[in-house]
Amino acid sequence: MDYSQFLAMKQEIALLVVFLLVFLYDTFMPKQTQKGLPAFTAVLMLIATAAGFCCHCLGSACDVTAFAGMYQTSAIIAAIKGILNIGVVIVLIQSIKWANSEAMTMRRGEFYELLLVTLFGMYLMISARHFLLFIIGLESASLPLAAMVALDKNRYESHEAAVKYILTAVFSSAIFMLGLSFVYGLTGSLYFETIYFTLSTKLSVMLVAAIAFVIAGIGFKLSLVPFHLWTADVYQGAPTSVTSYLSVISKGATAFAFLVVMAQVFGSAYCRVWEWMLYVLIIITITVGNLFAIRQRNMKRFLAFSSISQAGYIMLGVIAFNAMGVAALMYYVLVYIFSNLAAFGVIGAIENATGKVSMDDYRGLSKTNPRLAFCMMLAMFSLAGIPPFAGFFSKFFIFTGAINQGSVAIYVLVLIALINTIISLYYYLLVVKAMYIAEEECTIARFKSACSERLGLIITVAGILLLGIVSCCYSSLLDLTSVSQMQMYFIH
Amino acid sequence: MDVTIPILILAIPLFMFILLGLLGMKMSHRLAGILGTLGMGTVLVLSYTTAFTYFFSGAPEFINAAGERLQYVVFNQTWLAFTDKLVIRLGFLLDPISAMMLVVITTISFMVHLYSMGYMRDHHGVFEHGFQRFYAFLSLFSFSMLGLVVATNIFQMYIFWELVGASSYLLIGFYYTKPSAVSASKKAFIVTRFADLGFLIGILVLSYYAGTFNFTDLTSVPVEGMAGVFQVNEGTAEGIRALIAAHPAPVFMGGSVLTWALVLIFMGGMGKSAMMPLHIWLPDAMEGPTPVSALIHAATMVVAGVYLVARLFPLYLMEEASLQIITVVGALTAFYAAMVACVQIDIKRVLAFSTISQIAFMMVSLGVARPEFHHGLGYMASMFHLFTHAMFKALLFLGAGALIHAIGSNDYTAMHGLRKYMPITHWTFLIGCLAIAGIIPFSGFFSKDEILSSCLGYSWVAYLWMSLVAGLTAFYMFRLYFLIFWWKEHKVHEGHHAPHDQPWTMSLPLIILAAVSCVAGFIPFGNFVTWNGHAYDFMAHFDWSVAAVSLAVAIIAIAIAAKMYMRENTLPAKLKNALPALWDWCYHRFYWDELYMFITHKIIFNGICRPLAWFDRQIIDGTMDAFATVTNKASDAIKPLQSGQIQMYVWWYLIGALLLGSITVLCLI
Repeated sequence: MDYSQFLAMKQEIALLVVFLLVFLYDTFMPKQTQKGLPAFTAVLMLIATAAGFCCHCLGSACDVTAFAGMYQTSAIIAAIKGILNIGVVIVLIQSIKWANSEAMTMRRGEFYELLLVTLFGMYLMISARHFLLFIIGLESASLPLAAMVALDKNRYESHEAAVKYILTAVFSSAIFMLGLSFVYGLTGSLYFETIYFTLSTKLSVMLVAAIAFVIAGIGFKLSLVPFHLWTADVYQGAPTSVTSYLSVISKGATAFAFLVVMAQVFGSAYCRVWEWMLYVLIIITITVGNLFAIRQRNMKRFLAFSSISQAGYIMLGVIAFNAMGVAALMYYVLVYIFSNLAAFGVIGAIENATGKVSMDDYRGLSKTNPRLAFCMMLAMFSLAGIPPFAGFFSKFFIFTGAINQGSVAIYVLVLIALINTIISLYYYLLVVKAMYIAEEECTIARFKSACSERLGLIITVAGILLLGIVSCCYSSLLDLTSVSQMQMYFIH
Repeated sequence: MDVTIPILILAIPLFMFILLGLLGMKMSHRLAGILGTLGMGTVLVLSYTTAFTYFFSGAPEFINAAGERLQYVVFNQTWLAFTDKLVIRLGFLLDPISAMMLVVITTISFMVHLYSMGYMRDHHGVFEHGFQRFYAFLSLFSFSMLGLVVATNIFQMYIFWELVGASSYLLIGFYYTKPSAVSASKKAFIVTRFADLGFLIGILVLSYYAGTFNFTDLTSVPVEGMAGVFQVNEGTAEGIRALIAAHPAPVFMGGSVLTWALVLIFMGGMGKSAMMPLHIWLPDAMEGPTPVSALIHAATMVVAGVYLVARLFPLYLMEEASLQIITVVGALTAFYAAMVACVQIDIKRVLAFSTISQIAFMMVSLGVARPEFHHGLGYMASMFHLFTHAMFKALLFLGAGALIHAIGSNDYTAMHGLRKYMPITHWTFLIGCLAIAGIIPFSGFFSKDEILSSCLGYSWVAYLWMSLVAGLTAFYMFRLYFLIFWWKEHKVHEGHHAPHDQPWTMSLPLIILAAVSCVAGFIPFGNFVTWNGHAYDFMAHFDWSVAAVSLAVAIIAIAIAAKMYMRENTLPAKLKNALPALWDWCYHRFYWDELYMFITHKIIFNGICRPLAWFDRQIIDGTMDAFATVTNKASDAIKPLQSGQIQMYVWWYLIGALLLGSITVLCLI
């Protein structure tokens, strides 16, 4: 075996090093220094992120395949991993206060180790070019999350959420693997490339079922309707840091992996029935997510449904099936990371200080905690896609990407998505209205948030304000996609 | 020429605006004021350097071997590139009028910055509320105005034009707790915005046919006998030539495309420069702080319309009709505003109408300028008058500010006989009045004389008309002067509350501007600013007969004013009773505001706005309400889906996956 192949996995190895250092710190450092663990992890992750970007800059932009074609990396894959890393760094910074709280003393290490393991799983999912590796990635990105959801041991909802999560996860894995077994039966291989070329003969019922099951299996992690029902309960029950991780990183990674599977496995022309499946799923995902979000009073539950409908928008980048769609998808994930983490940062800060998560408690927040209210407002504006915040540009690019696909059906889809943005505007503005316009005395007293929380908010707000205006973000992603190997699949 | 200084000229005021706007509240009033003033002082030095370099360095890019001053583009960056042809650039154009405007704007702006340090506080020396905001807005205004005059293309000019309007709005409404100030700022904004609509349409029409926004291309028209300035970009003027070639063809309501475009663009200028009938905002704009009136509503922003016409002058020359419109509008406005100014009580209103009248002078001067007559004397006269007027009108406004500051009222009825109490103000104000009345050797004499000469060259009707207005000008200014400083001695002024001269920060600008008003007339303006870049020695062509007549008119007018107002008497009251209708019409500004009120409230509100409001409420809101209701109903209907039971979740999951597959199979295979 050629061990130099491992060099292709620079980012995975960096992550593994971080994981090992965190593990060693957690296990062997004396008790009184344990409070430094969260910050230690965040710093290490930051270094790994920076190193990842540097390596990506220094390394070649061409595609590297390793392990007999099971693993692949390229400039664009390195970029999406870098984007995820940025999100993870922010999550880590935001979690410091919570991780250092009294209740977490015994489980602090677990949180970080599990988090890094799931991130590793996501890396594998993104880089996998063989379904075996993909499943390993998917599972290691799913199962430890159940444990993370249950970290809040003293809260009943946390347990309930974990149980619901693991049961649905297992079920969806079963469906997913059923779909894979069909694929294997049809082609006799689990390599993406082999499947792609073998399948290009005819469309059978078996194949349609396989595609439907694969979509369902991955759709579970993306919480596409109707595979989304776990989302709200889990988001609400899980600790806020875990929820934020779940809602942005896990979703972003899976969205990209989904794109890869759809393009590189089922991308051949006649196989593209998945476009119609996805078409329907996008419509109901965006609509149902929005309709549920209107009713929510719990902020975390509210964001759960908002994230469901956002997932629908992200899927527009997949259905676009062109380089612009890919770039727009990655850009959307990047912006979504910042916007959603800003919202979760505020929610987490308030929850840590007062334990309140209801939207009714947010009434008049602008008077007691104007800065938090301001951050929340920016996050809501960005999520709703109001210019000039980043969210507007991400929506704009993803719509443009979809429209470039050119069919009438896509125009209709984009129109429906646009109408849905109006609904989403309504409920995002409900939060702003509660914070700024409500006359009542706010039940949340003025408080001083922790340094880490403030740092997290500053980073996310800066992202919201700058990402849209600094146009090179999107254009460099577009440049990367245009030269990537994935471009090849779009030509068909 | 190095781009550093031009960039700094624009960047420093912008930076000051951001700095004072964001951090102003964190710093002390005094620091904010000093920072703003220092920033403006730096810009002043830089602008003077730039103008000096342009006029005196003799570098080949500024002046060619034949002694023609050239247009020089310092930089011209692409800002928005929509298509290959439709490109909007931001740049810095240096030519005689933009260099002159740099000097005017920065001088007055710096004086106002300095003056406001003293003006914007009460009698105990406490700074006014919002002092930092005031300086932030002043910086914003200076930035926008500088950007406007150095614009390389008409679109950049439009952008800064709007910015100027916005900062004017902010400054008029500076005392936002005062309802009159709020409504004045709204009025100014709406009226000028309405005019800018015409401007925008004009820009679009013009650039559509000319295929360019650039001034250098637009004005490089090959008319016979024109050389120099307007032929720099010989090679890139195809668009405008095509326009000329094609312009007889598209005719709309009797006017060619070019006529329409130019008249619409002039409409924007009418709004900003308060030409009749769009003048109604300027008198109300006096609700702003007096230094703002001096800067924006006397010296700089209101002459933007004149500057616009001067900027596009070669184009206007191609359309005789558009120049005639400018002349007629200017002449009517000049007379109207002078009449109204004769009977106003509020001293700032008098000055406001006087400003309208003087700007109209400049417009007329542009309107009558023809290359055949004294090499386009009117153009030079207009720019000269713009320059001198900016100085003496700013002086008069700042003097009025000092009076208002001392007395606490805008009415001359509360003043009277102040010459002993406020000597500096008195003398500087007198110099301002002499300058505007056109008494030799003060600056107004020379510029006004040039204007009258060029009117005479155009037609004797114009000359007589404008001479009459010049006489009226001298009359109302000295009426104001005598009523403020003479008339009678006020008893209430005795004692320790007696009005007194102002601190040095306020006196110094007055003295400097007064000094400038004394000597500015001797500047050989024709050497610097002419319409085609050729130096023109106007002293050699000085028409002493015109000068003697206008001087005589001014002196007679002043004598009448002295007779009527120097000592308290009943002559003004008698005159008022003798001509009640005329007095009434003048006092009520010929009922223009009432006319506008009638049109907007009775006709537009009822005829257009009410149906629109009905449509908005019933149809648009109704649709949206229905949409919302349906959404809410749907949201209710699907609520049971999220039951919380894991069994149900998994069921839905399975059903979803199976349906997805089976429907696809049914539909596609």
